[in-house]
Amino acid sequence: MRFSEEFEARFAEMVPHYPTKRSALVPTLLYAQDEIGFLSDEVIAELAGRLDLTELEVRNVISYYSMLTTKPRGKFNVQVCTNISCLVRGGEEILQHCEKKLGVRHKGTTADGLFSLEEVECIGACSWAPAAQVNYDFHENLTVEKIDKVLEEYKHEPTR
Amino acid sequence: MADLVSHPDEVKVVTRRFGQGATDIDRYLELDGYKAVRKAIGMDADAIINEVKNSGLRGRGGAGFSTGMKWSFVPKQSAKPKYVLCNGDESEPGTCKDRLIFEHDPHAVIEGVMIGGLAVGARSGYIYIRGEYRYLSVIMQKAIRDAYAKGFLGKNIFGSGKDFDIFWHGGAGAYEVGEESALMESLEGKRGIPRIRPPFPAVVGLWGGPTVINNAETLASVPHIMLGGAEWYAKLGPPKNGGTRLFCLSGNVAKPGVYELPMGYSLKKMIYEVGGGIPNGRKLKAVVPGGSSTPCLTADEIDINMDFDSVAKAGSMLGSGGVVVIDDAQCMVKFALRTMKFYQHESCGWCIPCREGTDWLKKTLVRFHSGGGVKKDIDNMQYLSENMLGRTFCPLGDAAAMPTIAFVKKFRKEFEDHLEGRPCPFEKAGVAEPVMA
Repeated sequence: MRFSEEFEARFAEMVPHYPTKRSALVPTLLYAQDEIGFLSDEVIAELAGRLDLTELEVRNVISYYSMLTTKPRGKFNVQVCTNISCLVRGGEEILQHCEKKLGVRHKGTTADGLFSLEEVECIGACSWAPAAQVNYDFHENLTVEKIDKVLEEYKHEPTR
Repeated sequence: MADLVSHPDEVKVVTRRFGQGATDIDRYLELDGYKAVRKAIGMDADAIINEVKNSGLRGRGGAGFSTGMKWSFVPKQSAKPKYVLCNGDESEPGTCKDRLIFEHDPHAVIEGVMIGGLAVGARSGYIYIRGEYRYLSVIMQKAIRDAYAKGFLGKNIFGSGKDFDIFWHGGAGAYEVGEESALMESLEGKRGIPRIRPPFPAVVGLWGGPTVINNAETLASVPHIMLGGAEWYAKLGPPKNGGTRLFCLSGNVAKPGVYELPMGYSLKKMIYEVGGGIPNGRKLKAVVPGGSSTPCLTADEIDINMDFDSVAKAGSMLGSGGVVVIDDAQCMVKFALRTMKFYQHESCGWCIPCREGTDWLKKTLVRFHSGGGVKKDIDNMQYLSENMLGRTFCPLGDAAAMPTIAFVKKFRKEFEDHLEGRPCPFEKAGVAEPVMA
């Protein structure tokens, strides 16, 4: 199991910040997922070993956090917020438009593996609603036309 | 990067450095940066606590507890290390203010954590930022590195003989982790399940040590209190409600945005003057005054001042400062359903009244909104919600129940309009099926 040098540097820096090793688990899982795409059996075994945990303990933590996933998803994860501030400004229409455009529903992935779609809870963009995140990038004050353009741009973006 | 707004009624304290490049440590120093912590170093710990107490600063995360009082609960002597924990897990629907603080003024948060540490005798602090805010973690990590490089953090800070460390920590998507005991569990690398209290975190917190937990906006306010003085800060708001507040105006208003207004500012003015009123010729129907967990106010109930005590008197809560404006084109049953769907999704399942209650309420509301409701559902929803109140380890159960009780009570007619298989009277043309099935 090999992670990037950047991951290793961050991991080595982070662990001594805490009195217990496992404290580094949650952010480490997210960084691992960002690199590998999902939390595979191999990643889970590796991190459990490094942090002196059982694999079960790691899986228990993973299942609690909504950003963590043990299933592969698309290169670009389109997360549309439909919570209250987005709801009253058309968040559902944005989500339905994405469903139609990508041909997938909640937690689905396009056949080419490029996009996944997710209906998410509040992402902290309430004053700029409706909003979505593609991976970690915020896209705000959305309209159907604007989200079309956003998806089009990612389609042509070569890297993650 | 979120857009900034401004209004002449704003009193810029926490937002003073927004848009001025203060993420750069040298620029921050030009803007009075790290002066407050230097001042605090020359003060006795009790004097710092008293200053914060006298300022009337109350927790900006939602509960509105006196910050100085909270700090005073930390025992002077402790066999285990003490900690300061900054809560930047901002996830209450309607709330997007801590995001701007981290984006524009990360050093103010660092300074606040340091002052908190001096006040309670801690020598390390953690700044927890929700996982979705990755770009803010990058900003915060750089700010911490820069502060170490200048010698402001680490050994012998500002020649005081005291050491202080600050570390960044990230979440991975969980609303409940914003609750203080679940936050500590998450930082310890576990599922964010709340702890039973007592003991309170001030006595037994992170890794068993006494811990002060404050919201990011609360901590970012502290340096301004140290520099401007408790009296100045207290006088910005009404008695016992010191200072200003970052109000996140969202929903059906013409000019949504995060505005820093004095505590006690009129809600009516906030909607109609600061927010520019209701667009598209619509009328106001309701307002959620302090994030999704706070009971809504009807259009007739908005003549109130936005401070902790006035909003409580009006039967709601000032909460986290998320003001969600709802116009008359919106269906309150749908709004109640979306709110409950959120709480059902976020419940950790530890306490039965919350786990079962949110699930039953969501199922009932889904059925009800799609035309399958019966009359007794309306009273049942209220009864069920009332039975969740105060029966859980953390306030998530209350957070789900309180708004539901208000929706049912204040908009009963709208619930009745959905009965007997009638289609939702508000369903917009072109939206064929509900997203949330």
